[in-house]
Order: sequence, then C-alpha cells, then structure tokens
Amino acid sequence: MDAKASFKPVAADGIDRSLVIRHLRKEYRSGLAVLKDVSLTIEGRGMTAIIGPSGTGKSTLVRCINRLVDPTAGEMLFMGQDLAKLRGRALRTARRRIGMVFQEYNLVERLSVIENVLCGRLGYLPVWRAWLRKFPPADIDRAFRLLDAVGLGEFANIRADQLSGGQRQRVGIARALMQDPDLVLADEPTSSLDPKTSVEIMELIARRAGERDIPVIVNIHNVDLARRFADRIVGMSKGEVVFDGPPRALEDSHLMAIYGGEGWLE
Amino acid sequence: MTGATAFLAGPAGDKLRRWHRFTLAERIGRSGFYLLALMALVWSLQTIEIIPEFLYDAPKQTADLFVRMWPIDWPWYPKVVHEALIETLHTATLGTIVAVLLASLTALLAARNITHSVTLNLIGRFILVATRSVHAMVWALFFVAVFGPGALAGTLAIAVHSIGFTGKLLSEAIEEARPGPIEALTAAGASPLAILLKGYWPQVKPAFLGIAVFRWDINVRESAVLGLVGGGGLGMALDTALSNLYWDQVGLVLCVIFAVVIVTEIAVTWARGKII
Amino acid sequence: MSDIPAPVPRRLAFPPNWPMRIGLLVLLLYVVYASTILDITWTRFVAGVSHGGRFLARMFPPDFSPDKLVLLEAGMIESLQIAVLATIFGVALSLPLGLAAARNLSPAPLAWTARTLIALCRSLHPVIVAILFVKAVGFGALAGVLALIVASMGFLSKLIGEAVEEMSMKQMEAVRATGAPFLSVVVMGVMPQVMPRFIGFSAYQLDSNLRNSALVGLVGGGGIGATLFTAFQRFDYDFVLTIVLAIIAIVMVGEIVSGWMRRLFQ
Repeated sequence: MDAKASFKPVAADGIDRSLVIRHLRKEYRSGLAVLKDVSLTIEGRGMTAIIGPSGTGKSTLVRCINRLVDPTAGEMLFMGQDLAKLRGRALRTARRRIGMVFQEYNLVERLSVIENVLCGRLGYLPVWRAWLRKFPPADIDRAFRLLDAVGLGEFANIRADQLSGGQRQRVGIARALMQDPDLVLADEPTSSLDPKTSVEIMELIARRAGERDIPVIVNIHNVDLARRFADRIVGMSKGEVVFDGPPRALEDSHLMAIYGGEGWLE
Repeated sequence: MTGATAFLAGPAGDKLRRWHRFTLAERIGRSGFYLLALMALVWSLQTIEIIPEFLYDAPKQTADLFVRMWPIDWPWYPKVVHEALIETLHTATLGTIVAVLLASLTALLAARNITHSVTLNLIGRFILVATRSVHAMVWALFFVAVFGPGALAGTLAIAVHSIGFTGKLLSEAIEEARPGPIEALTAAGASPLAILLKGYWPQVKPAFLGIAVFRWDINVRESAVLGLVGGGGLGMALDTALSNLYWDQVGLVLCVIFAVVIVTEIAVTWARGKII
Repeated sequence: MSDIPAPVPRRLAFPPNWPMRIGLLVLLLYVVYASTILDITWTRFVAGVSHGGRFLARMFPPDFSPDKLVLLEAGMIESLQIAVLATIFGVALSLPLGLAAARNLSPAPLAWTARTLIALCRSLHPVIVAILFVKAVGFGALAGVLALIVASMGFLSKLIGEAVEEMSMKQMEAVRATGAPFLSVVVMGVMPQVMPRFIGFSAYQLDSNLRNSALVGLVGGGGIGATLFTAFQRFDYDFVLTIVLAIIAIVMVGEIVSGWMRRLFQ
C-alpha cells in the first residue's frame, strides 16, 4: 500500500471512474431522513471504506448508488451520467457496470456456483440465453478463470447452498467481477464471516479490484479492517459524513465522534 | 472489456473450458421427458374431436350466453333457490360430519402406530384410496341409483368421497403423534380407549379440527353441483334451469353458488385462525 | 396422635370436559335437525340398503364383453387426451399468471387483476365451468379441456403466487443488481427458487386432471365421464363397474407417473 503517497485519482487506462455524490437525501418515511444531504467525491481508483454505527445510513448510501434503493433527492454523477435520474434500460446498463458484493452473499442458493458467477453477465445477454443457459463460450471460460482466481476452481458444479460462508462470499466477488465492472460496491462483505476469513475476503476484494484499477466502495463495521485495506475512510453518523480522510488521519477522537462514547475503544 | 482480461489469461491458455448445466444422463432424461410430453401434446391435439362448426360459433354462443343470462331472474330466489341453498349447506355439513366419523375409524385402522396388523393397515389404506379416486359426483350417481334422487344420496356421496381425503390426513396426523405421552399412559396401565382419548386425542385435535373445516369448505363447493346428477340442493335447481334453457335462472344459481363459495372461504379462514 | 390423613375430596385424574360434552351434544342435535330438513329417515335408508343389495348384484361381475371394451377404450383415450392437454396448457398459463399474482414481483394493479382472475377460476367448480363451455363451444372434449384448463390455472397459479411471495428477496435482489433485464431476473433469480415446488404441483395437477376428466364428461365435456353417464342412464350397472375400476386403475397409474416425473426434475 505504499502507492498511497503518489495517489492519482485516475486509473492507468485513462478512464475517469470517479463518483460524485451531491446533496444525496433518502427518506424511507417522509420527514424521517436516513441520509441527510450527503456530498462525497470518490476518486476513480482505490478503496474507500465507509464506517459508522448500525442504522446510520451506510447501507442505504451504497444501495442508492446502484439504485436498489431510490434516493429521495440529490445527484450521483458517474461516467457522465446522473445515476439518480436513470430509469429502465439506461438504469440496467449502468447497473451492469457496477458490481455489488452483499453481506449475506445473496447467491441464488439452488443454482450451481458457476451459474451464480454467470449471473454477472445477465445484463449483457438476452433473456433466452439465460433461460436455456446458453452462455457465450467466452463468458463460460471467463467464469471458470474467475473461480480459479478466487480459489474455487474445483467447485463450479456444486450447488451454492453447499458452500461455507467464506466460499459463498468468494463466489459473490466472482459474480461482481464477472460484470466487468467500473465500480465495485461492497455492503458489509465481512459481517457474517469469522475474523480470519474476513481478512482473506478483504484482501481478495482489494487485490482483484487493484488489478483492474477500479474504485471500490465498502461499508464496513470493522475499523481495523478499514484501516488496513482502505485508501480512504469516510465516517458517518446519523445520516451525515463526520470524517473523511486517509486511514492514518483517523484518530480516537474521530471514532468517538462517529460511534459516540469511549468505553468501547479499550 | 477493459484491462480485466489481461490477468485472466491463466494456465488454461487459449483453450476455452466448457460447461453444461446437467450431466449427460440428466440431459437424456429431461430431453426424453420433453419429447414424450411433446408427442402426447401432438397426439392429443390431432386426435381429439373438435367440431369446427361449433368452434367458429363459439364467440356468438358465448355472447348469447351472457345476453340470455341478463337480467338475472332474482324473483326465482325465494321460490326455489333459497330452499335449495339451505339443502346444499346441510348436505355439505352433514356429509362432512359423517365423513369425519367414518374417516376417523378408517384412519385408526390405517395408522401403523395404532393398529399393529399389516393386513388391517392395508385394508384401511385401500378404503382411503378407493373412496378418494371415485369422484363425489360419481358416488352420487351410485347413491341416486340406490336411494333415489334427493339429499340423502347427495349426503352419502359427500360423506363417502370425503373419507379418503380426510382419513389420509388424519392417519398421517396420528402417525406423527409423539410417543412420549402414550408410553407414559401405557406404563400407568391405562386402557386402550383411555390411551386413545388422553394420549392421542390432545395431540391430533388441532389437526383434526383443521382438516374437518378444510374438508367442509371443499364439500360446500362439491355439494352445490351434486344436484346435476340428482343429489339435491343447488345443483338440482341448476339442472332444472339448464334443461328448460332458462339462462336467467342459471345466472341466478351461479351467482348464489359464487356468493356461497366466497362466504364459506371467509368463514373457513376465520375458523382456521381460531383453531391454530 | 393418629397417622390417618384427613379425608380429601376424591380428585379426578381427568376432570369432565364440559365444553367438549356440550359441543358433542350440539353436534348431535344438529345431525338430527339436518336429517329432518333433508328428509333423511331410517326407513328410507333401510329401504335403500336392501335396494342397494340388488344393485350390487347387478354390478357383478363387471362387463368385459368386447363391444363394451371398445367403448371403454374410446372413452379412456379421450379422457387421457383431455387430461394431457389440460395439464400442458394449464401449466403453461399458470406460470405467468402465478408470477403476475405475486405481490413482491409485479406492480399492484397487475397483481390484483391476476389475483381476482385466480379467485374466479378457483371459486367455480370444474363441472360448472364445463357447463358454460359446453354452451360456448358445444358438446365434446374441447369443452372438457377448457374447463380443466381453468381449474388447473386456479389451483397452480395460486400456489405459484404463494411460493414466489415466500421466496428470498435477497437472492433476487442480487441478480437485479447485475443489471439483468426483468425476465432474466425471473429466470435466474426467481425460477430456481420456486421450480421444485412448481414441478411438484404440476405433477399433482396431472393426477387431478385425470380424475376430473371423468367428471366433466357427466355434463357433456366428453371422455370417460360421458361413457359412464350413458351407462348409468341405460342401467348398464355391470359396465358401470368396469368403467369405475378402469378409472381407479388409471388414477393409480397417473400417481406413479407423476411421482416419476417429480424425481426426474428434483
């Protein structure tokens, strides 16, 4: 992670994958804002970790970006489009370039591992191909290589519900990468995993996204993991951004502002 | 494709790996099934008797059906249909009571943890299968031939046909009863009847009531049509209206049946909420 | 000092269950009352039973003469065709209708339209539907097929709708997040979850249609039911028994076939 010193906001291939969030607001029930006027600019490479207590709107923020949750107000500019305004086909086209890794993996349990990975191509394929499982040979080959890359090459034809938590999350990562994404969102990817597996999963996300030089936004409870893997940390509290800076700038006083209290720090 | 492909050029090299959803045996099995289904479809479509003249006529006939039904002959309700409706409800209820009684005995016979004789179990099971496979309307034809047309035949048809369904579910409920309380009673020297009443009954009671109510719901629908073959009730009124070609009266009976079905469904949903 | 304990009132191991007793009494009174209303008397019953003896005597032995077997075969084949067509079309139509009825998948107006349609299909007895179709398309197998399609749709779509409403939304959400078009989400995110149950229901529906194909014939819907009804009207009771035995046999074969079908698709 010594690259941090000479950090450039644009990837080596010259494509600008930065995300600009302006005045984002989300109310599930009118009047009760979960996100209050969030503005953030996320550079087009590296990992940004969002930390904060439960129920503070981290998850809502990430889900607003790929519109699994519709924001109430605000704009999200990404690769020349306002994600907040997209609908129908345009929204799907934007979504297929945004990979997502979920807390509970969200694999389709009754499909095989490779089918789950191939789900990442659905945005690019007509329905009949999905129905008959006639995926292009190049996609199938890539799915196998991705499974090799996440260490599950031998598990392609196992049903997803037979895997352990860590294995499932690896499949989830492979599925997100299969989308050939310009941005990876990870919503609490390690919260259901044991500490050792959590580190492995974070390493995997950081390495695979680093190879592609694409930005990652990860919601995470574990401050140590955030410090260890992220290039930038955003602290949220009660729907607002209260800290934004590199990991080394994050001090106990900030954590107290984010989480409140201090007894837990020991 | 962005820079993604570069790192993926792994040891597999240029030879693409393939993947199939099913193994060869599964694919053969499934293709065989689809082929069979397709053949059955084509065979059925080709040989089934469809009279084209009737088919061309269908839209006109359907329109005619509704035109003739309207306006619905409401005054006929107090004259004939009301009594038929009451008869239908009693047929369904009485039939269900008799069925539950007979089904309980058969279920005891069929349950392996109650009756420890394979022969008797099989006899019980045969009764359950046989009564169920013959439809209530076919049973009604039988009982009309034996007892003459009327509600007696309808009630018996409902009762006998329901034995299979009710008894099957009951015997399953009995077989699922936990052996603990029963062993305790047996150890205390309770009589077989006491074991049945104090050991099994409390355990199967919710299932028993649920099944009875569920079957009653089905039986209300069934008994509404039994009259078409002489089983009494609303079906009899429907039959009269149909044979006279009084479609406005047919419309009335259909409305009444529809209303009854909805009301029973609501009642049953309420009753099940109470039981469970 | 005496060791004799004070006499205690005798305690019953099982106190009398008054609600139960009253319930049984009410039930008994109802049975007597309903029997009077329905004009069910003991004399009629006894008279019927003695009549039933003669009736049974006329049924045995079942009639297997060649001319009757020709009739039986024709009726059975037609019933089989009715059941096959009703099942295939019923299944094909129930799937979209069931998906449309699921409130977690389709927009509210569509869901409610579908649910109303299903309720309508379910509330009308197949025999009544058959009567209406006999009027619309004339006597014969077609009316029977149409009536049983309606019955199959009512049964299958309701169960499919319920199965879809009970599925895991997370699995579906993950597929949606890849930018897949709606139908691909259904194919890869929804169908794998509900397919096993759908196959079970369809197999059951084949059974049910076989049984009911004997029913629609009684009101002019063709098939073995028509043969049976004619036999009854001609007092051909020995042939009636042959037909009933044949129906039981084919229903049992149907149960074996549907069990086999279920295993094939598990």
